[in-house]
Amino acid sequence: MKLVFERSRSDRGTAYLEKCDLPSALPSEKFARKTPLRLPELPETEVDRHYTELAKQTYGVNSGFYPLGSCTMKYNPQINEEMAALPGFTNIHPLQAEETVKGCRQVCETLEKYLCEITGMDAVTLQPAAGAHGEFTGLLLIKAYHRERGDVKRTKIIVPDSAHGTNPASAAMAGFEVISIASDEHGCVDLEALKAAVGEDTAGLMLTNPNTVGLFDPNILEITRIVHEAGGLCYYDGANLNAVMGIARPGDMGFDVIHVNLHKTFSTPHGGGGPGSGPSGCKQFLARYLPGTGKEGSIGDVRSFGSNFLVAVKALTYILSLGREGIPAAACNAVLNANYMKVKLSDIFPMAYDTVCMHEFVITLEKLKHETGVSALDMAKAMLDFGIHPPTMYFPLIVHEALMVEPTETETKETLDEVIAIFREIFREASENPEQMHEKPVKTPVLRPDEVLAARNPVIRYDFEA
Amino acid sequence: MTGYVPNTPEEQQQMLKECGFSGFEDLYADIPEQVRLGQDALRLPDGMPEIAVHRAVEEMAAQNKVYRHIFRGAGAYNHYIPAIVNTIANREEFRTAYTPYQAEISQGVLQTIFEYQTDICELTGMDASNASVYDGAVAAAEACEMCRDRKRSRILVSQAADPKILSVVRTYSFGRDVEVVPVPEKDGVTDTDALQELLGSDVSCLLLQHPNFYGNLEDVDTAVQKVHDAGAKLIMSVNPISLAVLKTPGEYGADIAVGEGQPLGLPLAFGGPYLGFMAATQKMMRKLPGRIVGQTVDRAGNRTFVLTLQAREQHIRREKASSNICSNEALCALRASAYMAAMGPEGLRDAACQCSAKAHYLQQKLSEAGLAPAYPEAEFFHEFVTVCKDAEKVLSALDKEGILGGLPLSEDRILWCATEMNTKAEIEKTAAICKEVTGA
Repeated sequence: MKLVFERSRSDRGTAYLEKCDLPSALPSEKFARKTPLRLPELPETEVDRHYTELAKQTYGVNSGFYPLGSCTMKYNPQINEEMAALPGFTNIHPLQAEETVKGCRQVCETLEKYLCEITGMDAVTLQPAAGAHGEFTGLLLIKAYHRERGDVKRTKIIVPDSAHGTNPASAAMAGFEVISIASDEHGCVDLEALKAAVGEDTAGLMLTNPNTVGLFDPNILEITRIVHEAGGLCYYDGANLNAVMGIARPGDMGFDVIHVNLHKTFSTPHGGGGPGSGPSGCKQFLARYLPGTGKEGSIGDVRSFGSNFLVAVKALTYILSLGREGIPAAACNAVLNANYMKVKLSDIFPMAYDTVCMHEFVITLEKLKHETGVSALDMAKAMLDFGIHPPTMYFPLIVHEALMVEPTETETKETLDEVIAIFREIFREASENPEQMHEKPVKTPVLRPDEVLAARNPVIRYDFEA
Repeated sequence: MTGYVPNTPEEQQQMLKECGFSGFEDLYADIPEQVRLGQDALRLPDGMPEIAVHRAVEEMAAQNKVYRHIFRGAGAYNHYIPAIVNTIANREEFRTAYTPYQAEISQGVLQTIFEYQTDICELTGMDASNASVYDGAVAAAEACEMCRDRKRSRILVSQAADPKILSVVRTYSFGRDVEVVPVPEKDGVTDTDALQELLGSDVSCLLLQHPNFYGNLEDVDTAVQKVHDAGAKLIMSVNPISLAVLKTPGEYGADIAVGEGQPLGLPLAFGGPYLGFMAATQKMMRKLPGRIVGQTVDRAGNRTFVLTLQAREQHIRREKASSNICSNEALCALRASAYMAAMGPEGLRDAACQCSAKAHYLQQKLSEAGLAPAYPEAEFFHEFVTVCKDAEKVLSALDKEGILGGLPLSEDRILWCATEMNTKAEIEKTAAICKEVTGA
């Protein structure tokens, strides 16, 4: 694949603007750019073909099965896109007067109301642009709360060792010390470890529930009680909300602050790494600290303008489509699809936790690795040759040789059956002919990349001189 | 079935049975009874078929006022977006992919990010770019964090910078318990004498916006000299379109360049999604937050792109990561890159020249109409401030004609912006309406 710069020839560009009918009025010479600007020069045909070629070498949810655990790669409905492309939304300047943006306000307020209802919170801000951004925002609410009460000794956030990396990273950004606690043998919070960890310095606990091994923590009420009794607050990472939306609400489980990922649970596309949206929600006693209010007590803003608004339009469209009965129905089928795959694989694939799972389950290939040398990475790479996206690899960190599978609710039984057959076929291959597994994939546009070289000798931009 | 669940109730029953479950209840046995929502307890409207959803959302969009002519910027800019840019950004593969963890089937998206990184380095004159952050203000806040130094606990931010950027930097600093000190503004630009006073061995960086919030060009040469003499870093927040004609952060010797990428082919969209770009010197490359794509080879020796330098990131370093960022604004970065590929260097330069020409003409016409320039001495790119008696009156007269005037900064000050979208006739009409109000 040529780079766009390698396709470029001077003076080949397409002109999109009319000729300026006013005299030039550039700032004086001392402010002028001297370095030539080496952007590509291509006719539109070439631009179009370049990106079409790149799109062909990109795998999206529309391309096929995408069971990336913890990412909830459900189908992204087309109506969402069409609604977000309405000129009545795309052409609105964020600093227009209030009376001219009533429709945008209606979108935001309606979505906030629905998210409150689904999560059991009292207030929601749409400012955060991604899950990690929402975590940071929520943790600042916790910080502001303790500060305002003069409870400045509460400097620690407890995070289970099964948590997403963003949890400890967000806690550190919010100025907290991170206390990691080990999970119990079921992958859930170890109550004794939690009791030992909480104290007068506890600002809060961050928890994903269902957790990162795909289980609903049965002790959830006990967990939030322990933290509250110690004077801490409970933060809910909504990464796995898809399993329980409309079934149970974090607000009822004892959580005080949450974030949800519109680009996971609420079907907005992930864009190859964003834009997402990670609204933060909280109980009433924390609402005054929320960003974007401009009121006393607010932590301030976490972005320039309102929200990733067009993402909010898509999520609202989705909730309106599913409605009261569709939200829990989606959760139920997500959980059913995961359990179906798990049951159909568990005779040969060792499961990290062999109980009923929520929307995802974790395979551990430690034994296979030990016996044959075939790793979780090898297995994932082999799946690429079958035209499916592999599960999440090596996460959560507490499971060795982990593959985390999240089929989502939008896959048919036939697709699951086909994929189950592929998984089994690969396992058979791995057992019979382990050596060749290290060579996988062989049918993809490129083969395994040399990641060590990439990091040792970073080439992160095109070299025009080379 | 409702929504996008493909399995029929019969299939679901069969699957449940095959798994040894008697019903959905069995799947949720771990959820304590007290927190289980009852059947139909969710207070949401009933699900709607697509045609009804379409109607409902369209009705919301219809409540907004779409202006035919826009003279407002202040961080969000109305530029022409070639049709090809929308076509490219709407390709489903790009739109529905996750972060490219599996390089072998993600070369397309990885290459677009590599190309974007190159574009940003070219625009800013810097050595290294990341794959984007949430928006321009967050880029500024993350840049301040990159400059953090245990011995330097204060961040200086020019008061001539966008107040929204200052607000976000403050929020991020509340997290890290860092002190943010505003550098006063004088005559519409950063007061470099005051800057000198505030600089000291405890200052980690200065955040300077150029062109600044008022549209004025800063004396960056003096600022960079003073900042570097004090051993601190210079972060420049810049407008990407302006960089086609204005001296780059690289040319000024800045350490980090950040900015709002929205002008590069992203619609106004009531404020998002936008795109924060970040680029740094080679020396600071490993402090950049978030995703970075690098070039390497595959097993067969073919050029291959991968996510790289991941030792900085949260999924490896957890609480010691350079940032918590995971999802960024990849599709917006792709849009920006496609925009630059379509426009090309000449097209981008033309857009920049037109912005400047039209803004200067607008300033002249408004001045004749009784809206005097607030900073007649200052040079500007495509935004400027005027002074008049009753700003609200002027703006509401324009509003009646479908014109979104500048942003009112106070009772008598308006911040205007012109771009290639505004025609000469439109500018003259706008000035004529203003003239009627002021009676000049």
